Amino acid sequence: MSGLPKATGQMLERMVADCRGLAAKAADRLGGRVHLMEVCGTHSHAIARAGIRSLLGEAVRLVSGPGCPVCVTDAGQIDLCLELASRPDTILATFGDMVRVPGSQGTLAETRARGGSVKVVYSPMEAVKAAQEAPDRQVVMAGVGFETTAPTVACMVREADRLGLRNLSLLSAHKVVPPALRALVAAEEVALHGFICPGHVSVVIGSNAYRSIADEYGVPCVVAGFEPADILLAIRMLLQQVVDGDAKVENAYRRAVTPEGNRHAVEAMDSVFAVGEASWRGIGIIPGSGLLLREEWSAYDAMRRFALSAPEGYDHPACHCGEILRGARLPVECPAFGSACTPARPLGPCMVSSEGACAAEHRYQAA
Amino acid sequence: MCLAVPGRVEAIEESVAVVDVGGATVRARLDLCPDAEPGEWVLVHAGFALEKVDEEYAQETLALFAELDEIKAALGQESP
Repeated sequence: MSGLPKATGQMLERMVADCRGLAAKAADRLGGRVHLMEVCGTHSHAIARAGIRSLLGEAVRLVSGPGCPVCVTDAGQIDLCLELASRPDTILATFGDMVRVPGSQGTLAETRARGGSVKVVYSPMEAVKAAQEAPDRQVVMAGVGFETTAPTVACMVREADRLGLRNLSLLSAHKVVPPALRALVAAEEVALHGFICPGHVSVVIGSNAYRSIADEYGVPCVVAGFEPADILLAIRMLLQQVVDGDAKVENAYRRAVTPEGNRHAVEAMDSVFAVGEASWRGIGIIPGSGLLLREEWSAYDAMRRFALSAPEGYDHPACHCGEILRGARLPVECPAFGSACTPARPLGPCMVSSEGACAAEHRYQAA
Repeated sequence: MCLAVPGRVEAIEESVAVVDVGGATVRARLDLCPDAEPGEWVLVHAGFALEKVDEEYAQETLALFAELDEIKAALGQESP
């Protein structure tokens, strides 16, 4: 039970026992292990930290999905960032998580070491400031992230327009979560019996956004918060649904998530972006899962401004991140995990980002 | 990277909130959460207030656990 907060340890222990009891019933009903998928890098981290996977026992196989935005960013998209950062007249602004993720041609950290201009930002509004401060250079924001982050980048684009900034543009690799979940279920590579849905993505899109997955695909969905207690509660609710033969959307993170989500954030996102196809690292093209700048905002599209076309990225041949991101393999089931691939020398994105399933597992494995 | 941290709005200056996040002061734009007011709690992500959260709800999950324990007791299930 190490890793669980002491103050509520006894309560959590009972919760774990409760989950194990339900898991046995659910596995009986299914005639095999219950496969639950979490789709949020912060959940991956919290699950590894609290050791929830082993606490649940053999009846449940808890897999990570494509919940780390940096990890699912196509290698070709990272190659574009490397190219932009290498141009003498350009500054590539990026969230810090991206800096060490390998594309086909290396990382932004390596490009920066060779003299490329990479500016790490906490907020996309820092890219606006960078553009104001360097009027003779082009600033490109590498837009990576799900529905949590996309509205903030949408605000950046609108702010650039309001200020009449002509030297700021966006390279959008933003993605939306529900179409990816539908694609994973439809692919039937792994039988999925429940989704632990991401907490802060759901703050924006609302729990209703998962209804089609429950209603049309018959897979239970529960929105979860980030404490071990939140996650165990969500797992318990999913297992109960499996036992009862239900498939509905439930919300175990009601202190932050409403059924409808945040109207202002959705409006900001919709005003700037339209959905289109996106390439997910390890998964491939998923229709309707990408956020592309709307035609009226195309002046801010870095792809157009620099006449870029997305190169085909490739991953290290020994890297199994693809299978991990699809829930087909756990990090410890990768032959390279902890040997050829470590946080200090990562082969693929899941070992780089602190939210990657492999990095989370590696960090807490020995704890 | 979707992590958002809760903090208490201390003041609002030209549609930017000054937010106390665990003792640290951060500035968060209110574009996505325009009706936040001083004294209220918000989730902060990437320099923006993402949503208001009710401080009282912080206890919600634990209350639910307590409920489940009662259910367990009623079912006569054993604790480990």
